[in-house]
Formats: sequence, structure tokens, C-alpha cells
Amino acid sequence: MPEQPAAHDPGADTAVGPAAGGAMAVATDDAGTLQRSLDQGPVPGGPGSGKARSLWSDAWHDLRRNPVFVASALVIAFLLLIAVWPQSIAPGNPLSCDLAMAQDGPSPGHPFGFDTQGCDVYTRTVHGARASITVGLCATAGAALLGSVLGGLAGYYGGWWDALLSRLADVFFGIPVILGGLVFLSVVTSDTVWPVVGFIVLLGWPQISRIARGAVVGAKQHDYVQAARSLGAGHTRLLLRHIAPNAVAPVIVVATIALGTYIALEATLSFIGVGLRPPTVSWGIDISNASTQIRNAPHMLLWPAGALSITVLSFIMLGDAVRDALDPKLR
Amino acid sequence: MGRYVVRRLLQMIPVFVGSTFLIFFMVYALGDPVAALFGDKAPDPATAARIRSELYLDAPLWKQYLHYMGQILTGDFGTAFTGQPVLELMADAFPVTLRLTIVAVCFEILFGITLGLLGGLRRGRGTDTTVLLLTLVVVSVPTFVSGYVLQYLFGVKWGLVSPSVSPYATFDELMLPGLVLALTSLAYVTRLTRTSVAENSRADYLRTAVAKGLPRHRVVTRHLLRNSLIPVVTFIGTDIGALMGGAIVTERIFNIHGVGYQLYQGILRQNSPTVVGFVTVLVLVFLLANLLVDLLYAVLDPRIRHA
Amino acid sequence: MTTTTAPLLDVRDLHVEFHTRDGVAKAVNGVSYTVEAGRTLAVLGESGSGKSVTAQAVMGILDTPPGRITAGQVLFRGQDLLTMGEEHRRRLRGAKLAMIFQDALSALNPVMTVGAQLGEMYEVHQGMSRSDARARAVQLMDRVRIPAAKQRAGDYPHQFSGGMRQRIMIAMAVALEPDLIIADEPTTALDVTVQAQVMDLLAELRREYATGLVLITHDLGVVADVADHIAVMYAGRVMESAPVAELYARPAHPYTRGLLDSIPRLDRKGRELYAIKGLPPSLTAVPPGCPFNPRCPMAQDICRTDRPPLHPAGPGRVSACHFWKETLEGSAR
Repeated sequence: MPEQPAAHDPGADTAVGPAAGGAMAVATDDAGTLQRSLDQGPVPGGPGSGKARSLWSDAWHDLRRNPVFVASALVIAFLLLIAVWPQSIAPGNPLSCDLAMAQDGPSPGHPFGFDTQGCDVYTRTVHGARASITVGLCATAGAALLGSVLGGLAGYYGGWWDALLSRLADVFFGIPVILGGLVFLSVVTSDTVWPVVGFIVLLGWPQISRIARGAVVGAKQHDYVQAARSLGAGHTRLLLRHIAPNAVAPVIVVATIALGTYIALEATLSFIGVGLRPPTVSWGIDISNASTQIRNAPHMLLWPAGALSITVLSFIMLGDAVRDALDPKLR
Repeated sequence: MGRYVVRRLLQMIPVFVGSTFLIFFMVYALGDPVAALFGDKAPDPATAARIRSELYLDAPLWKQYLHYMGQILTGDFGTAFTGQPVLELMADAFPVTLRLTIVAVCFEILFGITLGLLGGLRRGRGTDTTVLLLTLVVVSVPTFVSGYVLQYLFGVKWGLVSPSVSPYATFDELMLPGLVLALTSLAYVTRLTRTSVAENSRADYLRTAVAKGLPRHRVVTRHLLRNSLIPVVTFIGTDIGALMGGAIVTERIFNIHGVGYQLYQGILRQNSPTVVGFVTVLVLVFLLANLLVDLLYAVLDPRIRHA
Repeated sequence: MTTTTAPLLDVRDLHVEFHTRDGVAKAVNGVSYTVEAGRTLAVLGESGSGKSVTAQAVMGILDTPPGRITAGQVLFRGQDLLTMGEEHRRRLRGAKLAMIFQDALSALNPVMTVGAQLGEMYEVHQGMSRSDARARAVQLMDRVRIPAAKQRAGDYPHQFSGGMRQRIMIAMAVALEPDLIIADEPTTALDVTVQAQVMDLLAELRREYATGLVLITHDLGVVADVADHIAVMYAGRVMESAPVAELYARPAHPYTRGLLDSIPRLDRKGRELYAIKGLPPSLTAVPPGCPFNPRCPMAQDICRTDRPPLHPAGPGRVSACHFWKETLEGSAR
């Protein structure tokens, strides 16, 4: 059906979900585009380029030379490192505070100063990475897994299963993120990160599932998939060997960008007071505490807010760079 | 077209039921509204049972839900445990949030589309790169951070605007909060417009428009923009519902007594009818906005209309 | 003045490069051809031979970047289109030289009615009011034999069949009775049954308005009926250029001969069909010497080292082959 216009499904372009305040589902903007151009296969670099290269090695070739990618990858590597071993650069205890030092400015050994409780801002900022990264990674893994399995199956089998899943996804899309978090998380009391992770997965999977569904529907129509089917390949083989490899790229891109927005969402929820709770060390909590004191001690806000923003920025830029590399048409 | 509308309306019903039931379940089944009434004191079992029965809380959850929805359909959103009708709270709160949302949407349209068009037309050049980088930074700084920073700078340090909003929440008071609320979406609209413009400016029909000898401004306005704005307009439409729901953070920063404020109070005091009522209306707004967007899409794109 | 003697279109030594990730692709590499007023030139070549890129450079609709015109002239009635002001050139586009694209579905604006897209030509170039322009658009649709033109003017491109859409493209091209039309594979995207109708319509209108035509195609069959002259392109160069009848009867380039031999012919039924061996070169790595040498059955050492100039090979014909004479003699049948 070559005459069918590409943008047939209004859902494909409006699949943005409840964004706004919480910045969930921010950067799906080009996912549809990416899918469309991936469907057309890699366009050779101009009329008659000789070498045949795979999409991934092509993308890698580009990425290694992309300063944005290299910079954000380095920042993320550093963040992962301090999330695992915060003691390596901040040997202090983030929970040992001295009220006598409350809101003091920087001093030797305490380069970022102290917060309202007299805790060392530097130590707390470094130790706060763990909570953010854990929530971001776990929520993304959960949402991506759930979303791509459900969405992939819906795209592959179609029919009533597809219809059911689409409506189910709509139900979760219909709930404003922060309100949902407020309602859901206020009744759950736990000192761990898991309620927050669970909630983000619950509201995050529909976005991934839409992308995965679209990707699988696109891949299903490729001639070689039809050929494999006519040669008698079973469902499992078709899905795993022929369709999944083609549908994985857009999911990875969206998931990387989502990771950044999930971290921001966790901070937002913690800020409202329903996300992570003390004694967990979290940037969101620290920002919330600092925000009331912005007039007399702006340094308390600066460091955790800066760390949070840089983390979110790194993941979004990484996803952005990967998308550009995987999308031959936008070059 | 008519059948399309009907189909979309029918599709909305299960989504509406599902979303509201989910919220209802969270509030009524996971929390305990009666215990909340008594605060820290342990309630007298007999009194608690009486209240339960009065509030229809002793029935199975699905019956409670049906009862509640039945009341809503007759325009009765119940009474907050404080004794104030929820409808009254809504009449106070929704206009405020609506004004805030309108300001935010105007910012999105004005700045988002302009910046996106500039970037898309000058793809890869200085303006484009700067705009792109700026949008990334804006997206990365969470609303509650940018909100406090802008409030501090404009409201406190430079004294350009009042740092908090009066209960009347007039449009001019809402300029800064509206900008804060819009920021993330604004960045998104910019990127979407840019991508769309860049993609469409390589389309064959645009080449045709140039080959027809049309002046550049006509190529851009009649051919390029008309096509590029389809996804942007649909995004902004969808965003209206999301903005109203997401206004809670902004309203908290600027102390605006809108929907977010009421909801937050409702949740803090476990005021279940308030919470469910407000969220139900928000879900409805969100779904209706989505429906409008779909219809708008069909109006803007004839390929959908005749499909 | 030069305008009295100058040909309608005179492309001289045109070079176009594309900057790609694999390096610089030399898509057009010194192409020259001329079109006389009211005559038809067929530009023949495989995909990637540079025939469409040349046309885009002439129309001024090349994507820049990645494309870039590095050398050459495009003289339209003696005026160089490449050096004239953009506003001047814009007024010529659509009015004096028009283009027909291969895929009408993507070449027409999906969200504008065809009536509006046709009428736009009159509004912009002749300052007509919208309603007058719309009336002219309907006349034009009638002229290209679209049934119920008046009603259909309010329809969108996707509501038409492929053949009807291509008629609309043709209508758009002849709207202002230009001196030159460039048709880039106007029938390739159509069903075989519709191809002939569309081609006939194009030929008819061309005769009626005495328009010059550049017909870009890879289909030798289409060419014979409508063209006066043929330019055969390969790897961004003109290999041979000749009047139609002579080129068909006695090709003066091995590439042309290969193309002609690969057409199935009734009088050679049962015999194995000829195929040119190998593939066209990558434009980022065109072989030195004659670009066709790796595939040429007649290639000698000189073909691998020296680029053959365009040899005059008879009245009105040239050949870019060192052995054009031998080829011409061998071609006599």
C-alpha cells in the first residue's frame, strides 16, 4: 500500500501522555518520525553509495564522533560511579548533621556549605545520586520491559488483544501523572524506593508500548518478514529473530530519554512530599527543603538542583544523540 | 466524519470508567477516609460504622463507585468532610487553573512555534543549535526548580512581579506562573515544530511549490507551515489537559488557590470526595481535550477526514 | 542580441556534488545538452546517472546542502539561470519553465485542494483574484480531461487515482504556457495501461503550446515515440547524444548499444536477452578514464586512463567513446 499517507494514526503523533509539570514523556517528538524512516531502511548516503553497513554499526560510527554523545556518556558514567561508590569522593556521612552549622556558607572541607539541618551539602549532593539513578534505571527497565512486551504482542497479533491493550494504555494515559502520584503514593508508606519505581512503571509503560506497537506493526509489513512467514517460520521465531531486532531501536531511544524524565519525575514527587522520604538522601527532598530558604541561602538550592538538572540533561542528550544516529533521514 | 466522532466518543467511555475507577480504588480502598476524619484519635467503632453507612462506605467497592458515578451524573459531587460542597470548591478553583492554563498555552504558541520555525528553517546553523540547546536545558531543569528560581529572580531580586498570587488570580498576576507552567511544554513545542518544519521542508510538495515559482514567504506560510503545524496543534490540544493536571507544582510555588491547591489540601486531609471529584473532572477534561484534538486533526489533515 | 540565435535551454559543462558521509559524490560531472524551442530532448539513464539532479539544478530546486553546483552554466534563452538574481529566477520558474515530477502524490500538497494548488499559479504569477484563478483551474482540469472538473477541484490529491493525479501535475506545468517543461519520469509511477494515456496527453499539450520538453526517463520504449533527440547519461556524464532515429539505428557508444540490445525484440524471439554485465559505479568512486570501462566489452588500456572527450560522430551527434568510430561501424545492421 504505497499510496497510504504515513501519518494515518492520530494517536501516533499525539502519544505524549500527561507531560507538563512532571515532565514525563517529554521527548517522544521524533519517535514517530524515527519509526517511519526506519521502515524505509537505511538510506544510502547519497546517490549510489557502495558499502552496505548495518544500521547499528553506522550509528556507532556516528556516535563515537559526536561530542554531545561522548560528553553525556562520560557524565553518565561518572554518575553511575558515584551512585555505586559515593564514599569514594564524599567520605562523610550524609545523615550526620550539626544544627550549629545550619545554613552556613562554604568552608574548608565543606565546599558547598550546609543546609537547614546543618548537613554537609556536598556530601548529600553526592550521595543523592544513588536514589535518583536507582529510581531512573529500575523504572525505565520495568516500563521498557512491560511496555515493549505488551506493545510488541499487541502489534504482532492485532485484533481484540490490540484493542484491549490500547484502551488499557489510554486508561493510564488518562490519569495526570503528578495527581496520580499524589493519590497513589500518599496511601503507600515505605522508606524504600520501590513504591515510586512501581508507580512510574505503572504510568510509564503505555508510552513505551505505543512505540513498540508501532515499530512491530511497521516491521511486520517488511517483505522479508512476509517471506519468512511464508517459509513456515513460527510465531516465536518470527518475533524474536525477524521483528524484534527492527523494533528495538525506537524503544531504546524513547527509553533513554524517558530515563531522564523519570529522574525528574521522582524529584518532583519527592518535592511534593510523596516520593522518596527521609532518611533516604534524595535531590528532590533537598531541593524541597532548600526552596523555602532560597532568599537567605541560595547555595542550598544550587547544588542539588544543578546535580539533578545535569543528570536529566545527560540522559536526554544521550537519547537524542542515539536517535539522530539511528535516524538516517534527519541527517 | 459523524461516525468517526461517535466511535471516538464510545472509545472514551471505557477509558473514563477505567481511569476514574483506578483513582476511586486508590482513594477509597487503599486509604481509610473515616479514620482520617478522626485524625490521630482512634475512632469509636459504633460512630465509625454509622458514618460508614451514611457515606455508603460499607457497600462493596464497585457499588460505591457506581453510587458515586450516579451522583456525579446528576451533578452532585458530594460534600467534603468539612461540610463544604465539592462543587463549590470546584467553582472557585477551576476558573483559576483555567486562566493559568490559558496563559501557559499562549506562551507555548507564541514562543514555541516561533522558535521552532526559526530553528527548522535554519537547520544546523547557529540559531538552530542555540535554540535546541536551550530547549534541552529547559526540559532538564524540573519545573519546581525553574519555578523557584524565576520567582526569586523576577519576584524578589528584581521586584518585577509580585512573588505570590492574590486569591483573585488575575491574568497579569498569572504571567510568571503561566510561563513556569509552560516551560517544559514550550521546549517540547519548539522541538516538535522544528522537527516537523525540517522534515516537511524536504518534502516533495515543497519542492513543487518552489518549482511553481512561489515567493518564499508564500512557500513557507501556505505550504510549509500549514503542513508542519498539524502535529504541533494536536500536541498543544492534548497538552491542555496535562497542563491543568500538572499545574499542582506551579500552584504550590506561587501559592495559587487553584485545582492543584485544593487537591493537595484534599489529599493531606484525606478528604476523599474532594480528591475523587477533582480528579474525575480533570480526567474528563483530559479526555475531552483529546477528543477535540482528534477532531481537529481530521479538520487539519484531509487524509484523515476521508479515510 | 544573443536571444535570437540562442537555443531555448543550453546546459554547459554542469558539475554538481553531494556531500555525504561516504565522501563527495560527483552526481553530475560536466553535463552539456541543448534543447531547441518546441523540440523534445529525452535524457536517458539508469538511476544514479545524474539525470534528475541535472534537471533539479536547471529548475533551481536542488537541496543545498547537501548538493552544490560547482561549475557550469545553465542558459535559458541565452541568460544564465545560475548567476541571475533569485527574484528574477523565481519569476521564470513555473511561468517560463515548469517541471513535472515522478510521484504526483508526494509532489502535491496533501492539505490543499487541487483547485487551490492549480489556481495558485495564476494568483502568484498573474495577480488574479482567488475566484478567477479557481475558474481557470477548473478550465485547466477540463483541458487535461479530468471528469467532473468543477466538483473535483475541491478535492484533495489523495482522493484522485494515480493517473488523474499525474494529469493534475501536467495541468500545473502547462498552466502558464511555459517555453520549457522538464518531465522527470512522468509515467514511471503509473500503471502500464495509464502510462500511454498520460504520455499522449503530455505530447498533445506540448504540440499545442509548442513547448520545449526535457523528458527524463529510463524507459527506451517511451522515448522513440515522442523525442526528437536523445542524450544518454551514465555516472553523471553524457555518453552519447544524437537524433532519435540515428541513435536507435546506429549507436555510437557501447553503453547505448548495450541498452538497446537489452530490450526484448519480437524479431529476436528465442534468443538469449543481452544484459550489460556489472553495476554502475559508486558516485564517490568513479573509475578513472571512461566511467563505463569496467563494464565495457570493447574497453582497451586507454579507456582505463584517459577520459574520452565528446567526439563529433555525425551531424548533430556526439559520443564520449575513444572507439566511437568502431562502435558506429559495428552497429550497422
